[in-house]
Amino acid sequence: MVKENLVKDVVKEPYKYGFVTDIETEKIAKGLNENIIKLISQKKEEPKYLLDFRLNAFKKWQKMKEPDWAGLGYKQIDYQDIIYYSAPKQKEKISSLDEVDPKLLETFDKLGIPLTEQKKLTNVAVDAVFDSVSIATTFREELAEHGVIFCSISEAVKNHSDLIEKYLGTVVPASDNYFAALNSAVFSDGSFVYIPKGVTCPMDLSSYFRINSGDSGQFERTLIIAEESSSVSYLEGCTAPMFDTNTLHAAVVELIALDDASIKYSTVQNWYAGDEEGIGGIFNFVTKRGKCLGKRSKISWSQVETGSAITWKYPSCLLLGEESVGEFYSVALTNNLQQADTGTKMIHIGPKTKSTIVSKGISAGNSINSYRGLVKMGTKAKGSRNYSQCDSMLIGDQASANTFPYIKSQQPNSEIEHEASTCRISEDQLFYLQSRGIEFEEAVSMMVSGFCRDVFNQLPMEFAAEADKLLALKLEGSVG
Amino acid sequence: MQSKMKESEPILEVENLSASTDNLPILKGVSLTVHPGEIHAIMGRNGCGKSTLSKIIAGHPSYNITNGGIKFLGENINSLEPEERAQSGIFLGFQYPIEIPGVSNLEFLRVSTNARRKFLNKEELDTFDFEELVKEKLEIVKMDHAFLSRSVNQGFSGGEKKRNEILQMALLEPKIAILDETDSGLDIDALRIVASGIKKISSAQTGIILITHYQRLLDEIKPNYVHVMSDGQIIKTGDSDLALELEKKGYEWTDNFIKET
Repeated sequence: MVKENLVKDVVKEPYKYGFVTDIETEKIAKGLNENIIKLISQKKEEPKYLLDFRLNAFKKWQKMKEPDWAGLGYKQIDYQDIIYYSAPKQKEKISSLDEVDPKLLETFDKLGIPLTEQKKLTNVAVDAVFDSVSIATTFREELAEHGVIFCSISEAVKNHSDLIEKYLGTVVPASDNYFAALNSAVFSDGSFVYIPKGVTCPMDLSSYFRINSGDSGQFERTLIIAEESSSVSYLEGCTAPMFDTNTLHAAVVELIALDDASIKYSTVQNWYAGDEEGIGGIFNFVTKRGKCLGKRSKISWSQVETGSAITWKYPSCLLLGEESVGEFYSVALTNNLQQADTGTKMIHIGPKTKSTIVSKGISAGNSINSYRGLVKMGTKAKGSRNYSQCDSMLIGDQASANTFPYIKSQQPNSEIEHEASTCRISEDQLFYLQSRGIEFEEAVSMMVSGFCRDVFNQLPMEFAAEADKLLALKLEGSVG
Repeated sequence: MQSKMKESEPILEVENLSASTDNLPILKGVSLTVHPGEIHAIMGRNGCGKSTLSKIIAGHPSYNITNGGIKFLGENINSLEPEERAQSGIFLGFQYPIEIPGVSNLEFLRVSTNARRKFLNKEELDTFDFEELVKEKLEIVKMDHAFLSRSVNQGFSGGEKKRNEILQMALLEPKIAILDETDSGLDIDALRIVASGIKKISSAQTGIILITHYQRLLDEIKPNYVHVMSDGQIIKTGDSDLALELEKKGYEWTDNFIKET
């Protein structure tokens, strides 16, 4: 076979976000103990309840064991060898974007996220997070006019303490899991969104997370609250430089939707994935969960996961409110030695709740790509329904794909539907497209985006185009 | 009997071609020359190498050329990628058109047409202009516009798949079309539509190779030459009467032929 190896070549991935910004940073000493946590809290001038929240989480974390049920293979993480706070040195008080270090602005510019007044994206408000701190948030005044709060979580702690105290940790409790507990103890920054009653957020909100430092972890925390009859679409992007060491990213995202509120949360995750031999890359151990607290509330997760050495992530919905709706649309692409274990949990608690799961996993190279999900119908979830579809696509003959659907029903008057399929890009399909004049690489990427179309249709417009490009880029390589 | 010398340059010259897959020889010295305006039919039992010949001309990666070669418009194309061959005007109509889930037929046809147009230094078409063009071509194969919004060949009936192949041929306007059992699985009406489509698309400048088992396609499209293949070789070449004789006597009749050189 002349072209047996071509499919392997074509999935070679150039990573164009691998640069490091040379900037003076303030880092604290490596290691994790109560004093470090107190130091972080002190640096952020936090109120006592938050320090207690952190210390309490730390105590729980110390008693917990790192989970191994996902069967992910990686070297033991030395939690004492990580820097838990790293921030670019800036002037004490920044009153406008013009005072932000030009190097930082340049960094985000290079990442396609211009922040300055002249260049900022016109239809999206951006919160830019660099290592442990938020650098800037655009369109704050415009949003404030609608009563929308969009700022870093550190700022929210200072200015909207009542909301933080009321909601933080109510969706993902500190004791939820090992990495959530770690995050709760050391979280440094992240985004905070509050949409008041009856308000449809006038523009998309977006956070861009950038890991710059090689030896510090990123532990951001995002909290989004949508009051009654409000709605918001939130986008999240992530990149990191190429280091030959692994960097830990353990984030927590909490969403709360009250009566008739709707939150759409979209992620394009492109953390550095490590090289072809699996050296370096981000460990992306993330807990994302939304609570549909109100009646007819809706939370929709869509994600395009292409980066990270290891992804361990299950954006979930707790469907409490009557007739509330949870959705999960996911594309996960793994290549080389990447491992992804991702999926969702749809916990139907209230009656007449509905959930939809569409997962598309693409494995190339020697990667392992698993869907793991739970659909649970509680005793009161009468008349509730779930539909799940999990499709896997294999590229080459060394990659593997798994599907682990867990289904638990305590309510006979509910419906659960599960469909799954596995396919492989066949030589015949490629030849067919090629014999119509379509280049080999384009043929592969046409088939991959065709496979992902159901999910891409769910992404906000600009994001969908970006996701499509990103996948094509990932699949780009040399053709004979 | 080789093609008579014509004044025009040949489109396709297959010269003493031998090829194998997984070290198994499939073609054992095939020669075939197609001039502009000619229609060649290749007949023969299943497994005689007809389809393999068509795939090798189109550049299928599973086969290795062990001897001889293929010239297209005077240039050796042995080492060209399938897409390069297609762009330069070689078209293979598949016996079993492949289903490609998720890829819209319209988008596929547009990308493909533009790849060919780019090669011809013609302007690439945007979605609107392409709609116009494709509407016109749909007429040729009497296909409904609804076919365009479906995934490539997915859920198409046998006849629809074959018509979709001819639609592609109409859009790509190839110099040479090799149609591998385009008539199989078609009812009489569909066969007429496909045959008339092929006739409309072809011209005095194009060449056609029809691979078929049956006389009924050749009743619609009368070939200039009929070649009979057996065990990887062309064992007999004649005019359209040869196909009629074959229809009457069956392939057993050809078993006694030795390769004519």
